[in-house]
Amino acid sequence: MSTPTVQPSPMRLTPPLLQRLVGTGGARHLVERNARVYRREWLVLVSGFLEPVFYLFSIGVGVSKLVGDVALPGGEVVTYTAFVAPAMLAASAMNGAVIDATFGLFFKLKYNKLYDAVLATPVTPVDVAIGEITWALMRGSLYSISFIVVMLVIGLISSWWAVFALPVVVLTGFAFAAIGTACTTYMRSWQDFSYITLVQLPIFLFSATFYPLSVYPESLQWVVRCSPLYHSATLLRELTTGTVGPGSLVHVAVLVALGVVGMVVTGRRLEKLLLT
Amino acid sequence: MLSKVDGVSEQPMIVAHGLVKRFGDFTAVDGIDVEVSRGEAFGFLGPNGAGKSSTMRMIGCVSPVTDGTLRVLGHDPAVDGARIRARLGVVPQEDTLDFELSVMENLIVYGRYFGMSHKQATERGRELLEFVQLEERATSQVEPLSGGMKRRLTIARSLINDPDMLLLDEPTTGLDPQARHVVWDRLFRLKQRGVTLVLTTHYMDEAEQLCDRLVVMDRGRIAAEGSPVALIRDWSTREVVELRFAADDTETSGEKIEALVEQPERPLRALVSRVEVLPDRVLLYSDDGDATVGELHRAGVEPQSVLVRRSSLEDVFLRLTGRSLVE
Ligand SMILES: Nc1ncnc2c1ncn2[C@@H]1O[C@H](COP(=O)(O)OP(=O)(O)OP(=O)(O)O)[C@@H](O)[C@H]1O
Ligand SMILES: [Mg+2]
Repeated sequence: MSTPTVQPSPMRLTPPLLQRLVGTGGARHLVERNARVYRREWLVLVSGFLEPVFYLFSIGVGVSKLVGDVALPGGEVVTYTAFVAPAMLAASAMNGAVIDATFGLFFKLKYNKLYDAVLATPVTPVDVAIGEITWALMRGSLYSISFIVVMLVIGLISSWWAVFALPVVVLTGFAFAAIGTACTTYMRSWQDFSYITLVQLPIFLFSATFYPLSVYPESLQWVVRCSPLYHSATLLRELTTGTVGPGSLVHVAVLVALGVVGMVVTGRRLEKLLLT
Repeated sequence: MLSKVDGVSEQPMIVAHGLVKRFGDFTAVDGIDVEVSRGEAFGFLGPNGAGKSSTMRMIGCVSPVTDGTLRVLGHDPAVDGARIRARLGVVPQEDTLDFELSVMENLIVYGRYFGMSHKQATERGRELLEFVQLEERATSQVEPLSGGMKRRLTIARSLINDPDMLLLDEPTTGLDPQARHVVWDRLFRLKQRGVTLVLTTHYMDEAEQLCDRLVVMDRGRIAAEGSPVALIRDWSTREVVELRFAADDTETSGEKIEALVEQPERPLRALVSRVEVLPDRVLLYSDDGDATVGELHRAGVEPQSVLVRRSSLEDVFLRLTGRSLVE
């Protein structure tokens, strides 16, 4: 064998180029692994679905009576329940995705040491990132799909545009799962998870979920526009009430961008944390 | 099923030149040269912190090389990490079993990570559970298994992809003697089937039993290399006389013996090539242990106990590094 030349450049243990973005296909095995584990813990899945449904009924039955109808930005008037329901739908996708992307990932990273074993196989850190994000968004979407069925049954969907709600909840799950996993790679201990709750609650409350964006003064409106949930909730509202416009595409773009950035960051961080 | 003796190309399984691993300012592996050929059982023998695991992780393509070159199965880990890992079996120092899955699921899911079909992985998993004598625990959770069982399961898992080379980082550390022998027996069978074994250990008996060739590693460097027999021949005498004294007497007695051996008129000088004074005993290296004991007696040395034994890798290590292997 010829004497190889010394390469002082920083080295990679994962293949270059495209595979650094889209992985090697190993992600699906990780999804399968998680599905095996959750087969035994179906109760967790049920409770995650029920939470936003409870919210919806509480608001639909109670608050709606007091508030009456709401005018959408385009001038259409809908019942308050029809206004809030798509936001609850977005929130269910968010909650479902964030749980696995944060607590789930942290547990596997620090306690189960799952990835030490996984990365000794052909599976790469990018695969792990894609796999865990996919799993989290699947869980988020599962909640949301059941939620859409509930909305349909109780007559809260008034437009055929609503068939697009399905891909949009998946996209919502993707964006939040990717942001969640990226943040989790920076967590040092369980205490750090207080920050997640600290951020997630105001996002849930103030993302034009319970009242329209126009309620806020101009300057605050821009703050609300920074919330990923605002884009998801607004987009879903446009779909379920049939008020879609060119602006809807902006919401899609924002969610896609957040998801992609989160995923790339997660892959990089996992590589840095695990391949030392 | 596990046969590896088919005549694939004769390129070395591992080639490392000036291999370096640094963590910040700390150099864990300090420029080592290693070559391992197909079918060989190769060992890294060294004390805690010698850099064994750091080296194994680089070979396993889960730790980037800081400097030097490394080729594993003919490929560069920096470029073809995933491809190399596909053909390796890895038993890490700490078990990394999946505690959320059952014993059998651990094997199936691991096989899936290698891209095996569900059917393939299940069949292979069954064979391997039998191989490591865990078939009765197939549906058990991982947590309640004993340390030895977990280790065996980790070994079974490492074989799921029918690897060309097995990397074992301290395969039997922490196991009781019986469990160790079971593991050794399985590794020996794999070796007979032609699987290339690379292992680290700080047990000299393990190294002597399993390794065709080994390197003695200390503080990130390789101190010597060879077969166990050759290392003992090159770096030690045929026999060792171990003397034990009353607790606080060891050091003074040791000094006295060292002085005796220095005296030109005594036969001890010709008999003993080296004296090591350890905290708990004094070692005299000699090709004729019994004659040495007789001469010591004649010179008036009266230890509490005397043991004449063959040299081992432990002695090689002491000679090379001035330290005991197990501290
Ligand atoms: N990730 C890391 N960051 C910083 N230092 C490290 C890291 N991994 C290992 N080291 C250091 O490198 C040195 C060599 O460690 P290594 O684990 O390779 O030794 P070893 O020969 O396997 O020892 P042992 O027999 O205890 O397993 C040690 O001093 C260790 O503290
Ligand atoms: Mg080690």
